[in-house]
Amino acid sequence: VKVRVEEGSCHGHQSCAIAAPEVFGADDYGNAVVLIEGVIPVELEAKVRRAEGNCPERAIVIED
Amino acid sequence: VSIDPLTDYDIFDSQFVIDPFPVMDEIRESACPVAHTDRWGSSWMPTRYADIVAVAQEHDLFTSQQILVTGPPPGQEPEGPYAAVAAPPISSDPPEHHWHRRLILPFFAPQAVAKFEDGTRELCNRLIDGFIEHGEADAAADYAQQIPVRVIATMLGVPTDLSDTFTGWVRGVLEAGLKDQAIRLEARNNILDYFKREIDDRTANPRENDLITTLLSSEVDGQQVPEEYVHGVCNLMLVAGVDTTWSSIGAALWHLAQHPEHRHQLRDDPELWPSAIEELLRAYAPVTMARIVGRDTEFQGCPMHAGDRVLMSFPAANRDPRQFDRPDEVILDREHNRHVAFGAGIHRCAGSNLARLELRVALQTFLARIPDFELVDPSAVTWAGGQVRGPRQCKVRF
Repeated sequence: VKVRVEEGSCHGHQSCAIAAPEVFGADDYGNAVVLIEGVIPVELEAKVRRAEGNCPERAIVIED
Repeated sequence: VSIDPLTDYDIFDSQFVIDPFPVMDEIRESACPVAHTDRWGSSWMPTRYADIVAVAQEHDLFTSQQILVTGPPPGQEPEGPYAAVAAPPISSDPPEHHWHRRLILPFFAPQAVAKFEDGTRELCNRLIDGFIEHGEADAAADYAQQIPVRVIATMLGVPTDLSDTFTGWVRGVLEAGLKDQAIRLEARNNILDYFKREIDDRTANPRENDLITTLLSSEVDGQQVPEEYVHGVCNLMLVAGVDTTWSSIGAALWHLAQHPEHRHQLRDDPELWPSAIEELLRAYAPVTMARIVGRDTEFQGCPMHAGDRVLMSFPAANRDPRQFDRPDEVILDREHNRHVAFGAGIHRCAGSNLARLELRVALQTFLARIPDFELVDPSAVTWAGGQVRGPRQCKVRF
């Protein structure tokens, strides 16, 4: 799978980075950035889904 | 006499302050999950997660002209000599909100607040040193209450020796001041008098690596920011950064005092901490914010008028069974937790990363030094409610 953060929807809760710190981080303003370019390694998929399920703004989009 | 919470709720009712959740559940499961009251300056109160998130996200309709949960209508507050000083960005609406918030966010990013971790842990250890030999302590007053005010004072570059004074002012605004405008105004003026002197001092003697100095010299569109903005940010950081986090730490310790199984889980599996912190934030969200309706509208069948106040009870949102399985249970490894303890939308708590750090370090340090503790008397625990919910006296023995 691939993952992206919907621009304009993320307000910097950082819930994604807490659930999946290998995949998500923060820019200078604390908004989410995806740290892995392209396809997410299979072993991190479950964490990415958990990150999606923890975002209060529903800003994380997983593309299967 | 029983009152109908759908039409006459009282956020300061003594039972509601201790445990608001039965009333929230009753409203949420009724035919009208958006309640109304004429008390305390009148307000609407949605209780479902989706409705509260909608109010938070629809900032054009639900404005931040006022954010306190009580008080006179917008424009009629007696703000005294500092009427031009607000609490940006929490009190700002777009378009100004954008720069009001953007200037302070870098100070609160996760990588920026990480530098406060060691100092916070030392502070927590010092506080515990002060009472660990007694076998008893007030987890709220002797510990939780002492932590955030010192972290925020350090961040603002003002003396931590004044912590008790700062705490008194913040309680004046957020506790007693919610029921009495004269108390609120006096506390507000004390805060603003204090920071006016600090700003004047920085203007005359700029400091290195100093938040207030940095803000004073920052520019937006080639213009130096107005002093009222910096003054307002100082106001916000003190008022929003103290009661809230202290309430969260206190409520988490109150919970852990009664749940040895959760203390043991955290001891045996340190990898639980990240989700455990989020779960404690969900279950014991301290903050309720208010919005002012910007134009006449109908919301979930309720006729709302411009100027009406709407409460966003994040504690109520976080206990909605439509959003959370077994919402009243604390499940430390909860898989999906879209909690809104820090709000939602453009006003997401700017200090959330700092608050989380303080909560985690405070709990980890306490549990490391005092692995087992219990409430001395559950019925003697006192709570604050209204804008910020949390225990104020919470004696534990160990």
